[in-house]
Amino acid sequence: MIMSNTAAGDQPRIGVFVCYCGRNIASKVDVEKVRQFAEKLPNVVVSRTYKFMCSDPGQEMIQQDIKELKLNRIVVASCSPLLHEPTFRRTCAAAGLNPFYFQMANIREQVSWVTADTVAATRKASALVAAAVSRVACHTSLEKKRVPVHADVMVVGAGISGIHAALLLANAGKKVYLVEREPSIGGHMAQLDKTFPTLDCSACILTPKMSEVKNHPNITCWTLSEVEEVSGFAGNFKIKVRRNPRYIKQELCVACGQCVDVCVFKEGKVLDDFNVGLSKHKPIYMPFPQATPACVLIDPTACLKLSRGKCAQRCVEACDRKAIDFEQQVIHEEVEVGAVIIATGYQMFDARKTPEYGYGKYLNVYTMMEVERLVNAAGPTQGEVIMRDGKTPKTVGIIHCVGSRDKRHHPYCSSVCCMAALKTAHLVREHTGALVFNFYIDMRTPLKGYEEFYDRVLQEGVQFVRGRVAEVTDWAVTPAEDGKLVIRVEDTLIGVARRIPVDMVILATAMEAHHDAAELQRRFNISCSKEGWFLERHPKLAPVSTFSDGIFLAGVCQGPKDIPGSVAQAGAAAAEALMLVDKGFVEIEPNSAWIDDEVCSGCKTCVPLCPFHAITYNAQDHVSVINEALCKGCGTCVASCPSGAAQQKLFTDEQIHQEIKGVLNYV
Amino acid sequence: MKYLYYPGCSLKGTGKAYDESMVAVFQKLGMDVEELQGWNCCGATSYMSIDETKAFALIARNLALAEQQNGGEPVHLISPCAACYLGLCKAQKYIAESEELKTIIVDSLGSVGLKYTGNVKVRHPLDIFVNDLGLDKIAKCVSHPLKGLKVASYYGCLIVRPYATFDDQYNPMTMDKLMVALGAEAVDWPLKTRCCGGTLTGTVEEAGLRLSYMLLKEAAKRGANLVATACPLCQFNLECYQSKMNHDYGDHVHLPVAFFSQVMGKAFGLDRRQIGLQRLMVPVETSPAMA
Amino acid sequence: MSKAIHLPLADNFEPRIVAFFCNWCTYTASDLAGISRMTYAPNTRVIRVMCSGRIEPQLLLAALREGADGVLIGGCHPGDCHYQAGNYKCLRRFKLLKKYLDQMGIEPQRVRLEWIAASEGDKVQKVTNEMTEQIRKLGPLKLTAIPKPPSHHQADQAPVCQGAVS
Repeated sequence: MIMSNTAAGDQPRIGVFVCYCGRNIASKVDVEKVRQFAEKLPNVVVSRTYKFMCSDPGQEMIQQDIKELKLNRIVVASCSPLLHEPTFRRTCAAAGLNPFYFQMANIREQVSWVTADTVAATRKASALVAAAVSRVACHTSLEKKRVPVHADVMVVGAGISGIHAALLLANAGKKVYLVEREPSIGGHMAQLDKTFPTLDCSACILTPKMSEVKNHPNITCWTLSEVEEVSGFAGNFKIKVRRNPRYIKQELCVACGQCVDVCVFKEGKVLDDFNVGLSKHKPIYMPFPQATPACVLIDPTACLKLSRGKCAQRCVEACDRKAIDFEQQVIHEEVEVGAVIIATGYQMFDARKTPEYGYGKYLNVYTMMEVERLVNAAGPTQGEVIMRDGKTPKTVGIIHCVGSRDKRHHPYCSSVCCMAALKTAHLVREHTGALVFNFYIDMRTPLKGYEEFYDRVLQEGVQFVRGRVAEVTDWAVTPAEDGKLVIRVEDTLIGVARRIPVDMVILATAMEAHHDAAELQRRFNISCSKEGWFLERHPKLAPVSTFSDGIFLAGVCQGPKDIPGSVAQAGAAAAEALMLVDKGFVEIEPNSAWIDDEVCSGCKTCVPLCPFHAITYNAQDHVSVINEALCKGCGTCVASCPSGAAQQKLFTDEQIHQEIKGVLNYV
Repeated sequence: MKYLYYPGCSLKGTGKAYDESMVAVFQKLGMDVEELQGWNCCGATSYMSIDETKAFALIARNLALAEQQNGGEPVHLISPCAACYLGLCKAQKYIAESEELKTIIVDSLGSVGLKYTGNVKVRHPLDIFVNDLGLDKIAKCVSHPLKGLKVASYYGCLIVRPYATFDDQYNPMTMDKLMVALGAEAVDWPLKTRCCGGTLTGTVEEAGLRLSYMLLKEAAKRGANLVATACPLCQFNLECYQSKMNHDYGDHVHLPVAFFSQVMGKAFGLDRRQIGLQRLMVPVETSPAMA
Repeated sequence: MSKAIHLPLADNFEPRIVAFFCNWCTYTASDLAGISRMTYAPNTRVIRVMCSGRIEPQLLLAALREGADGVLIGGCHPGDCHYQAGNYKCLRRFKLLKKYLDQMGIEPQRVRLEWIAASEGDKVQKVTNEMTEQIRKLGPLKLTAIPKPPSHHQADQAPVCQGAVS
């Protein structure tokens, strides 16, 4: 199993460089002691320390030693390779040494930052340095492969984030596939009435962008569509998209609406998602007035013709353009793109999970999104705040943090609800003149114009009670409470438990990841955080890239944020995607597997194990062969090979064995 | 399935009607139930607030006895009293989660020759009637459907909080469903698990009295002509102070409060003395179908 | 081969655990634990691989042979493997290896497989602390001593291991 040392010819001459990292490492690890320890290890020619190894002088120190001491292997003991391995590899390359003759020992994230005892930390650091030194002696020179990339980009999700990213990329001359699950682009922003803090009409600022998307020659927009399968790698993704039928010939429909008028159903039948279930639409319907594409669609489960096969089909009669097509089928598209931006947004927390607030039990308890539709002139009540019992409220209670900041549901803060709740308070008061109470835990109004907006709403006479509402009940204790919804809350600023009777309760529900985010995550091979949001590569410095090269994130799908935050992030994602596809090539890390055909016995154990079908059996030569272009470098075949014929570059058996020996035999 | 029965002190004292009706109902339903031999007081809420560890040991003795009586096999222990029920559940949970506590309990029980393995399933009778036996079986035993009876099912604060093992915490429904199966009407009201005042009626009378009064008022307002309870202290608080409430608050509250097992017994056509109806202070005969 | 440099040892036995962590999930989580300044036992020594699927029994046995008192493998949760299914392969091999170790008389708690996602820094902390304490109680792995026969074996003692396991 152990292969001969593949270090080409020369005896390894190892330089070890131990970093103080200011006080980050030095506060727990005795850096000088580690340096002394490393000096005595086999093949080590020089052992040095420096305050900040990754800085220019630190890197120059390494380069100088490479040249003057003719070092041919470098070990840096500092932070995580996930952070600075590329940095130091570049350092080696610049000094003329193949960058893969380099190994890092992580003595910061995995030693100094997590160990209390300095003696133990120094021991652990020494062991890891010994491991790196032993391993690097077996490293060989390797070359990164360059693979050309596709210039096209896909954006998944066409809310404000997806739209903005798509427009930027299209304007940069790239062909963009914009894939949206709903029948129209626009996302949740299209449902809003006004946006804070300026109280701009949401549709007014969004629809020009939606229009631009529709008319842009570089954007291919597929609505009612979902990504089904993703394969390939950065720069060369093959993506299958399923385009569901709307049963209307999109290019013929002019959205005149006659088909909807004459539909055999006189009343709406299907709960209207756009109006958050507050109204119903007919089986044939226009999602909302400014829907883009401006085209109706048919719900196949509600339409009589499509579900039962029999209908008078008045819609077909009424359509001058002959746009209705009951035979329309699913279309499967397959495209090749260089990069993908995921901008799938969020869903709202189901308020029935907090039954203490009475949503679903009492008629006049609403979610904030429902109220957005009530106050909207194009909504189910034409902009009048009329409750389910037909009345207009005289007192309203808005409850913050429903589902957020709650150990039972979501521990995080949804970031935008305080501002949205202030906006709602303002709008409801404006429409009805009602007395409005906001029940909050903290007021979070940090960004431009937000604190000023809070002040304005205070001046307008909205009441604020600091306390987490315990319950909404219809139990009346006094005659004044009869017929009302009573909000029971501890007013923590005055230290009294209060009962506040209101006509209408509005719940500021949390933003949460889509219920099928985990599926999408697997399809794209990215990770999710604990709360279900897609995981960025680094929380501070890499908020739009993911651990899968070529896949970027934009908008709330990466974490709750407001519209300006989403737009900014979409711009960042577009820039990073452009960076990737404009370069023209990607460099593949050389950690793929190969099979030594002299050792391979043709047992074929490895062939079915490869999830990427990179291994084929050559019947003529009786050996298995790995296709380097398809191999992703997991090493599963290597582990299964009984003869050791399959090996992985950068992770050969010998290298790992030496690392094991090094980590145990000295400390 | 064989069950063991842990009445607890209250059911042998002021809550005697609960015990009598419960046993009568077990019999009528053909259940195989045996009283726990040698059971001791569980300490209720009082002892737990004085010495938690000793209280757990006291409770655990009953659990160990149950194991022993069933020959070491897994056993279902029925506990109608709400405080006993919560105490038993709580003890089991804490002992399972704390190695330290478990060692103390196992050792102390061991010193009197008892073994504790945590194999006992603590069950509430509502859980057993509705989930084990099923509403169909209950309905079949009804010979005297309670037509016209409007029951406010009052669960009290202990049986679904903090452990909601057999019913919903905010809006429990097992007792309501049971009442419907008996032919009565279940009144929907928001105070099913609101505190009755507990021991406050003895210590801070004003506070305790008011809490019970508000429950009765709302039940009556919602149209109930009977309140069914599942706890001897709730029953006591709600029933026994109605004249004082009327005096203090200038009202005319007159609402019978019976144990839910008594309501079951009545629907099953059992004799009134068998189910302890004569022990009720507010005569239940004024409620439709209960005469 | 063994050049033990005797840094001052504590009076108590300090387990040495070799941890094989996959790059995408567990190694990242381990870094996250560091970024979050979670303190945990210093007894694990991490070796990074790209995928837990790279880990084969020979590597685990080599670690035990070289003097490790325990081995920890960290991979992605089932379904989340960066390479789709490497972690499943690791699991299969691991289960077989556990049976083999049992026959050798090596206590099952000495080798452990955990699924740790990239965001689960706290799990790295928890597992490391737990495993360190478990192995501390078990004591050092003395491969050359004759182990007591496991209780479920009838007459025969388990074979003597002289370290030549591969």
